[in-house]
Amino acid sequence: MKVLLEYLKKERDQEWRVELRSKLKNKERTQLERIQMPEQAPDKRNKNFTEVNMGLSEEQAMFEARRCLDCPNPTCITGCPVGINIPKFIKKIEAGEFMDAARVLKETNALPAVCGRVCPQEIQCEQVCFYSQKMDKPPVAIGYLERFAADYEQNSGNMSVPETPAFNGIKVASIGSGPAGLAFAGDMAKMGYDVTVFEALHEIGGVLKYGIPEFRLPNNVVDVEIDNLQKMGVKFVKNFIVGKTASVEDLKEEGFTAFLVGTGAGLPNFMHIPGENFIGIYSSNEYLTRINLMNAADPAYDTPVLSGKNVAVIGGGNTAMDAVRISKRLGAERSMIIYRRSIEEMPARVEEIKHAKEEGIEFLNLHNPVEYYADENGRVNKMKLQKMELGEPDASGRRRPIPLEGSEYIIDVDTVVVSVGVSPNPLIPQSMKELDVSSWGTINVDKESLQTSIPDIFAGGDIVRGGATVILAMGDGRKAAAAMDRHIKGKVRDILTLIKEFKTIGEVLDFVK
Amino acid sequence: MNRIVEKEYFSDAVVKLVVEAPRIAKSRMAGHFVIVRVGKKGERIPLTIAEADVEKGTITLIVQKVGVTSIKLCNLDVGEYISDLVGPLGEPTHIEKVGTVLASGGGVGVAPLLPIVEAFKNAGNKVITVLAARNKELIILEEQMRLHSDEVVIMTDDGSYGKKGLVTHGLEEIIKREKVDLAVTVGPAIMMKFVSQLTKKYNIPTVASLNTLMVDGTGMCGACRVTVGGKTKFVCVDGPEFDAHQVDFDEMLLRLNSYKPSETEAYESFLNKYRKA
Repeated sequence: MKVLLEYLKKERDQEWRVELRSKLKNKERTQLERIQMPEQAPDKRNKNFTEVNMGLSEEQAMFEARRCLDCPNPTCITGCPVGINIPKFIKKIEAGEFMDAARVLKETNALPAVCGRVCPQEIQCEQVCFYSQKMDKPPVAIGYLERFAADYEQNSGNMSVPETPAFNGIKVASIGSGPAGLAFAGDMAKMGYDVTVFEALHEIGGVLKYGIPEFRLPNNVVDVEIDNLQKMGVKFVKNFIVGKTASVEDLKEEGFTAFLVGTGAGLPNFMHIPGENFIGIYSSNEYLTRINLMNAADPAYDTPVLSGKNVAVIGGGNTAMDAVRISKRLGAERSMIIYRRSIEEMPARVEEIKHAKEEGIEFLNLHNPVEYYADENGRVNKMKLQKMELGEPDASGRRRPIPLEGSEYIIDVDTVVVSVGVSPNPLIPQSMKELDVSSWGTINVDKESLQTSIPDIFAGGDIVRGGATVILAMGDGRKAAAAMDRHIKGKVRDILTLIKEFKTIGEVLDFVK
Repeated sequence: MNRIVEKEYFSDAVVKLVVEAPRIAKSRMAGHFVIVRVGKKGERIPLTIAEADVEKGTITLIVQKVGVTSIKLCNLDVGEYISDLVGPLGEPTHIEKVGTVLASGGGVGVAPLLPIVEAFKNAGNKVITVLAARNKELIILEEQMRLHSDEVVIMTDDGSYGKKGLVTHGLEEIIKREKVDLAVTVGPAIMMKFVSQLTKKYNIPTVASLNTLMVDGTGMCGACRVTVGGKTKFVCVDGPEFDAHQVDFDEMLLRLNSYKPSETEAYESFLNKYRKA
């Protein structure tokens, strides 16, 4: 920690930063208004899949960057799971050095263009910004600025590839190509490892591809970042399910030393209420996969999707918001969120709820589905809802929803998306019996090193956390990379010690095994 | 990308493809399936593995032309590639020595039945196999089945080969003749439903291998869900084989038709394009 603070101070004391600070008084900086993100108009964007947020212009970004006070004690960094040097990249923007700003981001973040779009900055860096903490003013728009710098570099056609040392010859693998795996791969490559990322699907990116819709995170933004990792020497293998196509043991025989399990929370939860298997009732995973990964909304693609007139999405998280906004874009007349608590308790980002409301989404809060009905072909056509009220706070600190007896009523629906959370995908734990798993199915790890009960296997992201965010998964990927590096170097040292002690080759090999 | 090394027409509608997939050939077991996608705009469909050759590094898929994807697949020639192929998926068949196993296969369901029959035979069981199809032309893999079964009975709807009648007629004759310890059935959902009803009547434990719609095939989407014993199960990770007497076949039959209208439309527009080309 001390080393980090000294480093930050040294960076802050550089001439260009000092000079930039002196250009404008803090009082003048704090009087500037936070910039508004330019957006597509709601009645236009709810008919297309183009990105809602259009990004800041150079002038807007430089203006917003001026608001940052370049604090001597930059609390914002403590709110970032991947520890971006936030004041430094923002000051680079203020100085008009956009490419340099992007380079600062990439020192610690393998996917800045992704994070600038989907991170919940309002509960991370921006929440602990000086403006929010001490001045009760809107924080510096750190997320918008991150996206600006990353996009600027992507669009420049001149992406810098982070420097990598010569291969050290040690093969490591990530199982899963989602945010945890990609962040891990970037850091391991920077340390000289020979990294392979295995992916079960036919596209690299995991939840970034199958989960988050195009209007929030365009696929080409993800592809550019993946391409960059490839240039750093990271290998990607698609259509490969570790534990099925080949086991971890097979891969060890092929020379892989250590593994990160970043397989995500891939198993959708259902509510187990009558009629839930009728046609037209999807898990959010299925609905989003059909649209995002398989392009079902485009008639040129073979995968179909049922688009309804009255669509109900059950749940209040970001995934529910994504699903309900997709249904509107597919032409639904009535797209509804059905959530058992009030809008204040919704786990979705404030921005997503705001965007959904603007696009004409109805919110049926304090409502819960209790039964579905279908026509003679088995297609859902009605659902029974029950009203709820809020009682005492539960273990999560949120007020517990209590059903109101006799409040049930029936509405017409022809498509339903169940978005009530996911459980960890059991494929990997099932294939490694000695792996220590919780009763929830998540993999148990050491909190600091993310090492599992098998020393050469680390785990991070939703397979450990249950259901969290892209950036937390990326933070895990980075943490696991650092710990794996220490683990491997420790092993190498032990081997060298054995050799120095004149052990026989057989003994050394036994140890390696 | 997986290269097709051999192709054989069993009939106009049924094609055998031998595909390079060395890792899958090595790791697959009876009961496993794969997911394939043909072309950048293709959909993902599950297909069961009929045979595998570890030395050559190939697996055998048997495909019936029923929709856009299966036709695209059947149109691929030797030397061409399947864009995406992943597996082996699902839980393998639980194989043990039980005594007499009565296996029944209908249509291309005979293909996944083959490794199951082979495994039960190798485990020391007496295996009696009933193969059923609409007519003689649609009976497949008879020779290979004879290799691994103690007895093979052929049933055709029109009587053009073997005995005339439904698969259940053939099964009931055997059940009445001798003690059966386990029944295994793979085929169209409607066939498995009636096989299950029959064996339930005679209290014979029965395993059915289900072929539902799937997208990812790894437990992620839930498109394949079925009700088994009153509980929702995922065919891709909990199956594909279940206790047939517990399966809600009526629900499964409905769910198989989820996209019937759009499929028919897609199929016709595909055929139109195909004819023009």
